Amino acid sequence: MKKPIAGGAGSVAGLEVALPHPRATQPQRLTRFLENERALAAILLAPTVLILGTFIAYPFIMGVWLSLSSTSVGNVGEFVGFKNFAKAWNDSIFRTAFGNTFYYTFWATIFKLTLGMWLALLLNRHFRGKRIVRASMLLPFIVPTVLSTFAWRWMFDPTFSVLNWLLYKGGLITTKLPFLSDGVYGMWCAITVNTWRGMPFFAITLLAGLQTINPDLHEAASLDGANGWKRFWHVTWPLLKPVTVVVVVFSVIQTFSDFQLIYVLTGGGPANSTHLLATYAYQVGVATGLLGEGAAISLFMLPVLFVVVWLQLRYLRRMEGA
Amino acid sequence: MVIERKWKTWVYFYIPLTVFVVGTLFPFYWMLITAIRPDAELYRSWRAATNTPFWTLQPTLEHFRDLMAKTTFPHWLWNTLFIAVVSTAISLFCGLLAGYALARLRFPMAGTLGTSIFVTYLVPPTLLFIPLANIIRTFQVGDTPWALILTYPTFLIPFCTWLLMGYFKTIPKELEECARIDGATRFGAMVRIIFPIAVPGILSAGIFAFTLSWNEFIYALVFLSSPEKKTVPVGVVSELIRGDIYFWGQLMAGALLGSIPVALVYSFFVEYYVTGLTGSVKG
Amino acid sequence: MAQVMMKDLNKKYDEVHAVKDVNLHIRDKEFMVLVGPSGCGKSTTLRMVAGLEEITSGEISIGDRVVNDLPPKDRDIAMVFQNYALYPHMTVYDNMAFGLKMRKFPKVEIQKRVQDAAEILGIQELLKRKPRQLSGGQRQRVAVGRAIVRHPQVFLFDEPLSNLDAKLRVQMRVELKRLHERLETTAIYVTHDQVEAMTLGDRVVVMKDGWIQQVGEPLELYGRPANKFVAGFIGSPSMNFVDVKVADANGALWAETQGIRVKVPPIHTSRLVPYKGQQVTMGVRPEDLHPASGSDPREYCFDAVVDVVEPLGSEILLDLRVGNNTIVARVEPTNRVKVHESTRLALTPDRAHFFDLKTELAI
Repeated sequence: MKKPIAGGAGSVAGLEVALPHPRATQPQRLTRFLENERALAAILLAPTVLILGTFIAYPFIMGVWLSLSSTSVGNVGEFVGFKNFAKAWNDSIFRTAFGNTFYYTFWATIFKLTLGMWLALLLNRHFRGKRIVRASMLLPFIVPTVLSTFAWRWMFDPTFSVLNWLLYKGGLITTKLPFLSDGVYGMWCAITVNTWRGMPFFAITLLAGLQTINPDLHEAASLDGANGWKRFWHVTWPLLKPVTVVVVVFSVIQTFSDFQLIYVLTGGGPANSTHLLATYAYQVGVATGLLGEGAAISLFMLPVLFVVVWLQLRYLRRMEGA
Repeated sequence: MVIERKWKTWVYFYIPLTVFVVGTLFPFYWMLITAIRPDAELYRSWRAATNTPFWTLQPTLEHFRDLMAKTTFPHWLWNTLFIAVVSTAISLFCGLLAGYALARLRFPMAGTLGTSIFVTYLVPPTLLFIPLANIIRTFQVGDTPWALILTYPTFLIPFCTWLLMGYFKTIPKELEECARIDGATRFGAMVRIIFPIAVPGILSAGIFAFTLSWNEFIYALVFLSSPEKKTVPVGVVSELIRGDIYFWGQLMAGALLGSIPVALVYSFFVEYYVTGLTGSVKG
Repeated sequence: MAQVMMKDLNKKYDEVHAVKDVNLHIRDKEFMVLVGPSGCGKSTTLRMVAGLEEITSGEISIGDRVVNDLPPKDRDIAMVFQNYALYPHMTVYDNMAFGLKMRKFPKVEIQKRVQDAAEILGIQELLKRKPRQLSGGQRQRVAVGRAIVRHPQVFLFDEPLSNLDAKLRVQMRVELKRLHERLETTAIYVTHDQVEAMTLGDRVVVMKDGWIQQVGEPLELYGRPANKFVAGFIGSPSMNFVDVKVADANGALWAETQGIRVKVPPIHTSRLVPYKGQQVTMGVRPEDLHPASGSDPREYCFDAVVDVVEPLGSEILLDLRVGNNTIVARVEPTNRVKVHESTRLALTPDRAHFFDLKTELAI
């Protein structure tokens, strides 16, 4: 490189002439105000706080009030204490829904995690058409759940089920399976569909986690004589655990509060045997119009969600601390 | 790479992967094949010898035609699009500002506020739909798109804020400090320097928020009642079933058409969507 | 062109008191370097001048304006950051023009100034590129160019050379010095590298734990460090410190410790009288030690055992052991001492330093 600083004095003489600085912006009140960090923060956060306050915090308080009142559609109720909660607790449909919610969440999460992890490991390899396969695997997650659940419902149709046809042709069954016309089958159908829908979320987030793992670690482990399973257990899994915990938390919250899948697939039936808390709250609160009782039923979700969120926050704090 | 034998690759890789691909995509194929199958073929006994469930020899667009002409499906498409775009725009706007404030500015209660926004992010819509319905009624926006445009941000804003906050934190703060010294106000530095740099993050958040609002169901189900005002998911569920009869051809045509817009948006921005997805769960 | 004044400047974060009672007068056109180990408060001080950190107490003025409450944009300063902070979405030209655009300069003027600055820095060919297409050294030039197009009253540099490799750093150091001589703008330069501080600064401020330790011209700091910290921080390799006892014998003062007994040089005698019989720290720079020859007075010589020999070409560094102390001597490259040998060293008498053991202040 030449030494430009030494040369060309004539052409740059102008640089040394200090031009009068055009008067910088007039000190206007608003710009002054916005230069204050706290004031600016307050203004930037105002829309968010306003919207979340009006449509989350306020409804939440209102929900608590509703659950303690006998309000129904067109009828401003009065304070009834914990009557709604007690009534729900003694209601056998509620008990079923309550149990179902745990059962559904537990199994669906287990399947989503195992299958999602498996799929992530498969997708973490190099093969032709990987991008398109990865992209198409996410389809169940991005397509409106209600619409894809309809396809499943059609596949589970009592008369025209393609799955029954397949099993029959395959010689596995001789009579149709009562997919949605039996409570136990219905629950498992819902778990299947939920797994189908949620697994890509697990797979893709876990895949992102996998991709941050240094391949040298695997090389080192296999040089140390670890086989595939051992490599997964001792190298991959510990490194993947933080991502997994977060993904599981998200999934648990969504599954626990699921509504649309059951609403479309079984509608809670047959004979109210497949209700979840959310669908039952809808049936009581909206379909029947007993707002107070419905609000109480959905508030039964709160303790569980609270514990999960609390665990999550604690975990995040610990990760930040580390 | 660890070298494997050929048969092992098949057993441990190709076969499971194929099962995954087929299992994942089959319902979509089933949607498609049902949508183009004539009714006569659709409701044939499953034991019939002539049954060919996996393809059809007389594909028809009749179900699509009925859907577009005899139902308010076009309205639903438009409603869904309108609501998704507007609520995404609102949420991006709020999320950008709030995410920036939380990532960059020092102010009292910053930590508490960040945590509360994270907590609202985890609040499921099904917890609040009953009281929200009341509020919607009080605001007199029930059965209008505004009922959804105002409520969708409740789950979109926390998500956008969270994602964008993470993105802003990866941008060196010297950039805006330099801009401020160069003559920009705090606000100016944010708009002229930080936002343009954050475009990939904004895209991710936007795409993800769009798909979330396109897919939303329970608020739309509870807050809308007039047939022509519904969104696609709600319309398909409530309007295409007349009495107890399921018109499966039409239903699947509706499901297909209702899925295509999101699938298209997704296919153009797969990478951004994936970033949004993985970013959405990052601490 | 302006002077910068800091009066009783303090910065407190929640628990950390980062800058303590800083008083500093930076003269017009002066190149002032703030140097110190990390966490000494030098960057915080600079950032307060820039307006990027709030001032907890005290006052800063630039020119004749108190700037405490002025936002950075109104302070008429320019700053070069360690990571360059180039706007990644703008071309080099736009990066350099940004400040002028913000100040609503006419387009022609902007163009002229950017061209001139680009010429000075030899980056005319890069104007259309984006920052990511540039090498580290080129980015550095653009960052400097962006600062100089503004013709600000004060340049602020926050460790601008730290991200460059050693060779480029030396080259840019020289260029910055030339640039300052040419532009004659007041500059405040923060670095942790004492060589940069010494070569660039008209004056240097040494800071530690938020306190100013000493302000002075480079050779002043080198020759008359105010305390043990400055003595050790300035100069490479560092000054040797040996704790010695001041003894009175034969009508003179002696500095004694195991293996060393040297006479206190006459220039220090009067000041060391009060320390008679007490311990003090004696400091001798490696370059002020040399192999003893016949002409060296015996009372300034002592024996040491060679531990390590580091030949650097232009000189040799000897790590030696004397009693319990380890010292370094810088000797001529022709020296032929070997490891484990004993050698006789002499110190240059008037270059010895003495420090109070407790306060560490120079005596």
